[in-house]
Amino acid sequence: MAQDSDVMQRPAGEALQPADGEPTRFTVSVRVNGDAHRLELDTRITLLDTLRDALGLTGTKKACDRGECGACTVHIDGRRALSCMTLAVLADGKQVTTIEGLARNGQLHALQAALIEHDALQCGYCTPGQIMSAVACIREGHAGSDEEIREFMSGNICRCSAYPQIVAAVKAAASKIGGD
Amino acid sequence: MRPFAFSRAADIPTAVAATAQPGTALIAGGTELVNWMKEGIVVPTRLVDINGLTELAAIDADPRGLRIGALARMSDVAEHEAVRRDFPAIAEALERSASPQLRNMASMGGNLMQRTRCPYFRAETDLPCNKRRPGSGCAALEGEDRSMAIFGWSEHCLATHPSDVAVALAALDAVVHVRNTFGTRQVALVDFYQLPGNAPERDSVLHAGEIIAAIEVPASPLAKRSHYLKVRERASYEFALVSAAVALELDGKRIRQAHIALGGVAPKPWRLTRAEDALAGGSLETSALRTALEESFAEAKPRRHNGFKIELAKRAVIRALQTAGEKAS
Repeated sequence: MAQDSDVMQRPAGEALQPADGEPTRFTVSVRVNGDAHRLELDTRITLLDTLRDALGLTGTKKACDRGECGACTVHIDGRRALSCMTLAVLADGKQVTTIEGLARNGQLHALQAALIEHDALQCGYCTPGQIMSAVACIREGHAGSDEEIREFMSGNICRCSAYPQIVAAVKAAASKIGGD
Repeated sequence: MRPFAFSRAADIPTAVAATAQPGTALIAGGTELVNWMKEGIVVPTRLVDINGLTELAAIDADPRGLRIGALARMSDVAEHEAVRRDFPAIAEALERSASPQLRNMASMGGNLMQRTRCPYFRAETDLPCNKRRPGSGCAALEGEDRSMAIFGWSEHCLATHPSDVAVALAALDAVVHVRNTFGTRQVALVDFYQLPGNAPERDSVLHAGEIIAAIEVPASPLAKRSHYLKVRERASYEFALVSAAVALELDGKRIRQAHIALGGVAPKPWRLTRAEDALAGGSLETSALRTALEESFAEAKPRRHNGFKIELAKRAVIRALQTAGEKAS
């Protein structure tokens, strides 16, 4: 919101560093899929890169890295969000759920099973994001009709265009698990 | 991305003071700022997290109107019962914005502060753009101008403002509450944004040392019968080519009062005040509406490839008014 400050108008090429004594690393405490982690991170790192590179949870996919595709969707404190647009420092103190955290006792989540049953993927790269988004979509109560599912799943792009099967899978899972 | 220091604002005065510091940017949802930093559009040396300022996150409605805290998330405002009932254009504009994930993250204050989607401003390589680097020129003048403004542009910048909800707020006479070290000042949303003139790097009247605290919207029969129509190149998750926010007060089948704001056509939400005056006392017949719109569109100045926006915007307004007219109030 500091748009009138010099932040907005400084040439990007200019070498800029925080003043001496201003730390550019930050200790982040975050719970991922139930496990507590305490990480010392560069302030620039995103939650997406933290999950993949620091914690080895590569189920969350990095595609556009610009908030345009939804492949990096995770749940932060139960709400779906884009991990590529979330600085890890902003996840401090939060609970994060990734695709690795959905299955219970070796049993696939109903949404994961529904995607397989409806053949709702081809290359699979968008699939973890689709699933995380769909679980939230159902929980939010936005899976009442095909039209509503399409609208509230529009933040997840599928380049293979498996959309009809994805909608069918979300609809089937929604009727199975209800609004839970 | 350049290294930056990070801290959390403990209270509003700290956040206000931080914005006066050179090189400092506030972060809430981060859905705009993080992209700007990835692209090098802004290069802050210090980020101040304001998410802990929970007093800025409330959404309150009473018979006088609606107060939306700057940190309220777009999805929470869109789902709010009073917003949906008494200010439907706001809920509709929000639900047609971005994606559910981004709406869960993005704050209302940040939404107002988002910057143009002009491809030259957002380019990964450095192209002439007076918004991005003052004095570097405007690549759109001789380039692709299909998405650019037809109202309010200058020879230094053709860009449009991308917010949907700002268009709805403009139609509903919203007021932005700005906090600074002296207290709070109130700015009508339509005056919050500036036309580019010869200083397109400034989008708004928010200065260093100021933050958005809240947005207030007066309750009215108009707000209750409001509607937002968005026209874009795919059905969802896309910015507007043209959008129309309208609010209507009817007297039987006649229009007592109408408010109209357009999105996608100007550097700010564009109120059609002449058309609003012409509509008062008239009917919702297509031909009557079209006639009333003529004077407002006489001042449109299309460029080479965006002349289609004139007819598209007229049709969007007509359809939005007729849809609002059919809504049970």
